[in-house]
Amino acid sequence: MSVIGWLQIILYCVIIAALTKPLGWYMTRVFNGERTFLSPVLRPVEVSLYWISGVDEGREQHWLTYTISMLLFHVGGVLIIYGLMRLQAFLPLNPAGQSAVAEDLSFNTAMSFITNTNWQNYGGESTLSYLVQMVGLTHQNFLSAATGIVLAVALIRGFARASVRTVGNFWVDVTRCTLYILLPICIVYALFLVWQGMPQTLGPYIEATTLEGARQTIAVGPVASQVAIKMLGTNGGGFFNANAAHPFENPTALSNFVQMISIFALGAALTNVFGRMVGNQRQGWAILAVMGVLFIAGVIVCYWSEANGTGMMHALGLTGGNMEGKEVRFGIAASSLFAVITTAASCGAVNAMHDSFTALGGMIPLINMQLGEIIVGGVGAGLYGMLLFVVLAIFVAGLMVGRTPEYVGKKIEAREVKMAMLAILVLPLMYLGWTAVAVVLPSTASAMNNAGPHGFTEVLYAYTSQTGNNGSAFAGLSGNTVFYNLTGAVAMFVGRFFMIIPAMAIAGSLAAKKSIPPSAGTFPTTGGLFVGLVVGVILIIGGLTFFPALALGPIVEHLAMNAGTTF
Amino acid sequence: MLREIRPAIVLLVGLTLITGLAYPLAMTGLADAFFPKQAAGSLIEKDGKVIGSALIGQEFKDDKYFHGRPSATTAPDPADASKTVPAPDNAANSGGSNLGPTSKALADRLKEDVDKLKAENPSQPVPADLVTTSASGLDPDISPEGALFQVPRVAKARGMSEDTLRQLVADNTSGRLIGIFGEPRVNVLALNLALDAAGQSRVH
Repeated sequence: MSVIGWLQIILYCVIIAALTKPLGWYMTRVFNGERTFLSPVLRPVEVSLYWISGVDEGREQHWLTYTISMLLFHVGGVLIIYGLMRLQAFLPLNPAGQSAVAEDLSFNTAMSFITNTNWQNYGGESTLSYLVQMVGLTHQNFLSAATGIVLAVALIRGFARASVRTVGNFWVDVTRCTLYILLPICIVYALFLVWQGMPQTLGPYIEATTLEGARQTIAVGPVASQVAIKMLGTNGGGFFNANAAHPFENPTALSNFVQMISIFALGAALTNVFGRMVGNQRQGWAILAVMGVLFIAGVIVCYWSEANGTGMMHALGLTGGNMEGKEVRFGIAASSLFAVITTAASCGAVNAMHDSFTALGGMIPLINMQLGEIIVGGVGAGLYGMLLFVVLAIFVAGLMVGRTPEYVGKKIEAREVKMAMLAILVLPLMYLGWTAVAVVLPSTASAMNNAGPHGFTEVLYAYTSQTGNNGSAFAGLSGNTVFYNLTGAVAMFVGRFFMIIPAMAIAGSLAAKKSIPPSAGTFPTTGGLFVGLVVGVILIIGGLTFFPALALGPIVEHLAMNAGTTF
Repeated sequence: MLREIRPAIVLLVGLTLITGLAYPLAMTGLADAFFPKQAAGSLIEKDGKVIGSALIGQEFKDDKYFHGRPSATTAPDPADASKTVPAPDNAANSGGSNLGPTSKALADRLKEDVDKLKAENPSQPVPADLVTTSASGLDPDISPEGALFQVPRVAKARGMSEDTLRQLVADNTSGRLIGIFGEPRVNVLALNLALDAAGQSRVH
């Protein structure tokens, strides 16, 4: 670990904290339907979209209608991606002549992009045409991100409102989020990325003759426009197979730093939106503090472990940390930081190969995802995931003092706690369940790239990442088989929607409740005690659920690594 | 619920056209107008022919060139399309080795490469980046230590003095951005182009 490494990490945290308030202010205005500085340009587009789609801006929806609208929207998204992938050979903008993608892989990819997972069983540059990358993937990057954000906003409205039956209008929220928040940032951001060296072209792959006379085919494409939203929307699906490690997808140390900021920016700002909407910004800061504590703990362990390197490297006299699967321009510090950020959020972009991380360094991304990606988290998804844990923590606190728990003026009762538990329990059911099935089937076990405990971790990581809608991978696993494609698709679907539906049910039931003013007996939810309590609940529930699986994977591998055992 | 079907279809199509077509096409136009070189892939031409991209690593095997990092990229096996064969620096199929910290295959490969480099230059410790594969398989850079380590070999192959080469490496070393971001590095293709240019100016 170096001073400069830590300086980068500290600077990162400072910038995220500084962006939270202004972005939160802007986003609150957008979702409250207020005018913004972009309104003169965007309002006409917005109004005409409502006009042709028959949306009445003033009509709000019940939580169930809101959720159904969201689901209907996604059915169309699946059909578009699946259709484009199957038909890409017959469609334009396919200079590399990519052929139709197989049924199971198309299905997995469609599911992966609508759930904001962006799991890459496909290799971007070797499988997909430009048209699929743009119309199929770039557009869904926007819409799945917008969906995540508006669902969080709907849940926030549940907390903020009193005695009403509605939580907003899905169509209005999704349109405003896309037009006023995601698109303008992406336009500026994509140009910045091109300036840093990212290609943005519809031309064919480049044929080069190297200095030594060999031929090199260099894949290019409309990269920057996709990468901008891939990061900002915490989607994470790469244009290229190597994702943000590819020099075209992350050309410089500066592009890397800005990409890391864009992963957390909107998710962190949503905590401020929460604070503003419930009428006390300190409520938002308290939640961000919970996230911050868990985040920094993860960074310390991961950076320390990667900087230490592995036993086999020490034996050969190699110093300077574990550089296998990392890029020179980022080095150990920026690679470790990126890995923690991308899995704390549900981004899943990678600038280093997590599969080659040290045992403990690779365990941190795994833990981040298994906690449910609530440390800032996916745009929107992170906040509603965290609020579920808050509900639980408040419930536990209520049990301790024998009083009906309240949070931001709302009584937390049996229905909310049941729904929160349902959402929290469905995640381990998916990733532990499918991992167990996969490792006992002989045919699927052969897909592992590494033997021993590391192979088990590859499978566990794959299902964890898909259930958590993260999309990063221990990429050695040959996941492009019918079994992994289909079970993975189920994991992504359940992991996304079985968390959303209970969260929306909570939103509906909270919105209908009366607001009660705080009294002397109300547990303050803006202080250190509250932060500590939530962190504790997260770690206890998380630890009880997945510690046994971690013991079989990274923990036993760490012991083997130190003992010099190889597999 | 039925009245939600029309917006589901129309908004999906409308927003798809905006974010999936208008946005990437507009960005392609803007990128080409403001940053044409980067947008096309930062290509380097020599005598009118494209010899590579400044950002993409290429394979150097000759003793008279500085070598980049090992690359784990593959290509389809010409004999059997269902299999792959090693194809270092394949810029149409990026990827890493994905070998973990207890992998025997990784341990064997590291040992073999370290031994080879030790034989080439016994006087310095082997820099880690010269024996570890990069994440993308296309890393264009090596560490300054990795470049200096190769100076004796290149000097011998070219008949140039080691001091000249060390100066070339220093000239082609980029530091951290504002002293903080990233790591010091040497772009291998740029260094080798400078090397060729220096060699030529000496001959003529």
